[in-house]
Amino acid sequence: MLSRTADNLYWIARNMERAETAARLLEVGARLSLLPTADGYRTDWDSLLRASGNAVGFAQKYGAATEENIENYLFFDRDNPNSVASCLTRARENGRIVRTALTTQVWDALNTAFQELRQLEAQPRAGQEMSKLTEWVTRHTAMLRGAIDATLLRNDGYNLLNIGYYLERGDSTARLMDVKYYVLLPRAEYVGSGLDNDQWSMLLRAMSAHRAFHWAYGGEITAAKIAHFLILNPQCPRSLITCVAGLNNHLSRLAKLYGRETQAQESAARLLSDLENQSVERIFDEGLHEFLTRFVGEAVALGNVIYNSYLSGDMN
Amino acid sequence: MLLIVDHVTLYRYDRPVRGVVQSHRMTPSRFDGQKVLDWAVTVSGGTLGSEFRDGAGDWVQGWTVKGPVTEIEVRVRGKVQTTDLAGVLRGHRETAPPEAYLRETDATAADAAIRDLAACVAGAENELAGAHALSEAVAAAIAYQPGSTKAHTTAAEALAQGEGVCQDHAQVLISAARVAGIPARYVSGYLQSGADGSSHEAAHAWGELYVAGLGWIGFDPANGCCPDDRYIRLGSGLDAQDAAPIRGVSRGQGSEVLAVTVAVQLQEQ
Amino acid sequence: MTPYFNEMFQDGAVRKPYAGLEPWSAGMPADRRLAKQAEAEALFRRIGITFAVYGEGGDPDRLIPFDMFPRVFTAAEWAKLERGIKQRARALNAFLVDVYGRGEIVRAGRIPGRLVYQNEAYEKAVCGFTPPKGVYSHIVGVDIVRTGPGDFYVLEDNCRTPSGVSYMLESREMMMRMFPALFRENRIEPIDSYPERLRRTLASVAPVKCERDPTVVILTPGHFNSAYYEHSFLADLMGVELVEGQDLFVDGAFVYMRTTEGPKRVDVIYRRIDDAYIDPLCFRPDSMLGIPGLMDVYRSGGVSICSAPGAGVADDKAVYTYVPEMVRFYLGEEPILKNVPTWKCSDPSDLKHVTENLGELVVKEVHGSGGYGMLVGPKSTKAQIEEFRALILADPSNYIAQPTLALSTTPTFVEEGIAPRHVDLRPYCLVGERIELVPGGLTRVALREGSLVVNSSQGGGVKDTWVLAE
Repeated sequence: MLSRTADNLYWIARNMERAETAARLLEVGARLSLLPTADGYRTDWDSLLRASGNAVGFAQKYGAATEENIENYLFFDRDNPNSVASCLTRARENGRIVRTALTTQVWDALNTAFQELRQLEAQPRAGQEMSKLTEWVTRHTAMLRGAIDATLLRNDGYNLLNIGYYLERGDSTARLMDVKYYVLLPRAEYVGSGLDNDQWSMLLRAMSAHRAFHWAYGGEITAAKIAHFLILNPQCPRSLITCVAGLNNHLSRLAKLYGRETQAQESAARLLSDLENQSVERIFDEGLHEFLTRFVGEAVALGNVIYNSYLSGDMN
Repeated sequence: MLLIVDHVTLYRYDRPVRGVVQSHRMTPSRFDGQKVLDWAVTVSGGTLGSEFRDGAGDWVQGWTVKGPVTEIEVRVRGKVQTTDLAGVLRGHRETAPPEAYLRETDATAADAAIRDLAACVAGAENELAGAHALSEAVAAAIAYQPGSTKAHTTAAEALAQGEGVCQDHAQVLISAARVAGIPARYVSGYLQSGADGSSHEAAHAWGELYVAGLGWIGFDPANGCCPDDRYIRLGSGLDAQDAAPIRGVSRGQGSEVLAVTVAVQLQEQ
Repeated sequence: MTPYFNEMFQDGAVRKPYAGLEPWSAGMPADRRLAKQAEAEALFRRIGITFAVYGEGGDPDRLIPFDMFPRVFTAAEWAKLERGIKQRARALNAFLVDVYGRGEIVRAGRIPGRLVYQNEAYEKAVCGFTPPKGVYSHIVGVDIVRTGPGDFYVLEDNCRTPSGVSYMLESREMMMRMFPALFRENRIEPIDSYPERLRRTLASVAPVKCERDPTVVILTPGHFNSAYYEHSFLADLMGVELVEGQDLFVDGAFVYMRTTEGPKRVDVIYRRIDDAYIDPLCFRPDSMLGIPGLMDVYRSGGVSICSAPGAGVADDKAVYTYVPEMVRFYLGEEPILKNVPTWKCSDPSDLKHVTENLGELVVKEVHGSGGYGMLVGPKSTKAQIEEFRALILADPSNYIAQPTLALSTTPTFVEEGIAPRHVDLRPYCLVGERIELVPGGLTRVALREGSLVVNSSQGGGVKDTWVLAE
């Protein structure tokens, strides 16, 4: 497969997953704004921006971090490369470039999302309920995912799409957790308080994982349980370990298909074994924020290795 | 004459580049005026790819260098036996039709001043005399002044400025010749650097005009003569860029700095 | 009013080739026709056949209108066209080999050297190089118009990369899907072998250095190009990679594509990029689309480029007038297909004739294409004519003129029902080891009433083209 084709497939997945992350961030923000904060009832929207890695771009364009501005920025703003609109548009463009590597169903799913986005953009902003918009995003990302799973040939392209999905999703879970932990609750005395748990609970809802969590753990929500669920539980579809295991699976299928291993398999295996040897206690000892920051860094490095091994076109 | 050439071109990149591709016309032409005794082009870390003689009779070599690299040295060393043919390119085999050299390029587009310059051809008693007159007119119109022009200075700009280097002399000459209906081309090569310092540019350029009955004849307005046995001819083109001995591109973000040293000397007998 | 030749109705009777379509069209109620038309449009949009119009802005996902009323040729009509087109394709290729070689036709005084060697499309860089099998133009698109039962004229030749073949194939696909009965009732020659024949043609001109099953690719300027759909369509049907310049690179004496498994050698490049952009080392140094070093590999026999660089000198509108001369000179035959009489404005007496008769002539730019930069005298206002006269006088050698041809019409579905509309025809002749063409071509139709301009950029549509079996 052409490296450029591979790159576009990989980025279809990453861009769609990134659109979903933006939607989920908004969801977290919207839900958190309904809760009392440490300082009263005003949510610190700023934190959301810092977690999404867009604080500077936002400040330059909008100045004040109001709810409306942030919604605009994270959903519609084309100047924000990580907004829902930017990501969906890019994913569709990636798809257009590799149209013949996709099935009609996959293309339809991508194209329909894009066409509906254009309609949404044409409507007046006021009156568009944020929860409806985020639901719209998750519906379309799920539809694309379904079309991929149901209709695509299980070839190198399929594996590259999945590699993109898992890498981006792992990154997204880590970032969403960090919004909650690092930004919203900087002071140690709040850990374990009722407020803390309410916020964790909101996070689970935003990740559509609230009920799954209860099925898996039952009882009271504790930080340790949540950290275990979102980081180390292979049953959780968005946990870091699920994502890294998925990466390993598809990378090794790729290696088998091509009859050749690269540095990517080695790096991914190392990341997985690190997680398998982790415990919640050790993570809390290291500091959740520190752990998550380290994970995000390692995921970025793995992304670079994957790029050099399969996508850059400079391999020998 | 027996001329010894040592020509080094050094490319340095401030950041490593992923790869470099070059196309060379760095091998002396085959004609009665020069005989190659010894010649070698090397590119540090490079692979020599395609080699062929093109329709203009030039020997072309394609080179590729795999990155990452930060420095590439292109070195030419050789020995050539030359004979003075008074500029006539005798015995040179080529298939490109002379009329294909009547086309103007961006760098050689004629303006009013160049057309005025070309008028001296019409007044001459024959085409050959006209070509000589034109070469002299160009030499008179443009004073040799190193550093006064740049690589992409056009013929019209150089003439307007009234000063330039051999590239400008050659481009103005061929531009004006084409106006007069004489097929003309840009030639790149070497010129023996005289012990007395009389000639300035060892990596040199001049023009060739096609005179019916005689064929291609070289004119070097910069030195007010026709190429003789002090000259080594490498290749030709419609303008300086088209005739460049090295054309290349690198893949990557690095920006390039160039260092060139050329020595063309008379072999001690 | 000029009596236009109607390909279906003559003297109130239906011509024989259209006999099978008479009951079909007469028996189609308006609501069914509209429903079918909507179905066709939805299908086209679904598969993504769209066409961006140069310089018009607007919707880049615009569809080319598709007309369901087929255009029909008898086997005998086609046999003559086929012979004429192949003859022309042979002569054009012989001309190209000649003018980059010894230039006999110029030496013999049959065409002015100035027109050839000073032509912008003449590539000095390929002088003395003969491409594999002596073929420069591997796909020759010959634009043909009809003015009477046996009167066909060649309007122009397209020797570089004629586009539109995807519309030819998709129009047929659409008709077979929507009206299968028509294909049972009429014996229509199939055209679906075109992609495979194109692939075979391209593989047959693999370079000398290729000693294995050649790897063929299609080189596209990218997905922003208006013909991108066609590029990806052909790549898909041929089972070859669709590459951009950045996907290819030169290493040593060969060209490779960048794949997830490492470099893979490429032997034949079917390029849909102009000469000027294919190699920044040889042509435009500012080209971002090309492959540095490609021309060196090509000229040393490491890769084939289709169409060969330099092929454009044969389809120049000023060179066009000499094609009948080429047929006589290289093949020793009389041209089977006629040229449209053409006045070259570079010639003072022709220029005089043209400027005195602008109202009756069609004037075109020598290097123009796509129906841009042209004047259709009888359809233009006085002001438009005067404006064009100034353009011509400012640069006469840039223009040629032809009489306004009485283009034939075929029945076409329009809002009010069925009405005659003017058509032309572009068959695609493949030239490799063999010369062949599928029985059919792209029929373009001027959908505006009375319009003679069939270009899709100027409101033209397409039709399925039938060749009936014996």
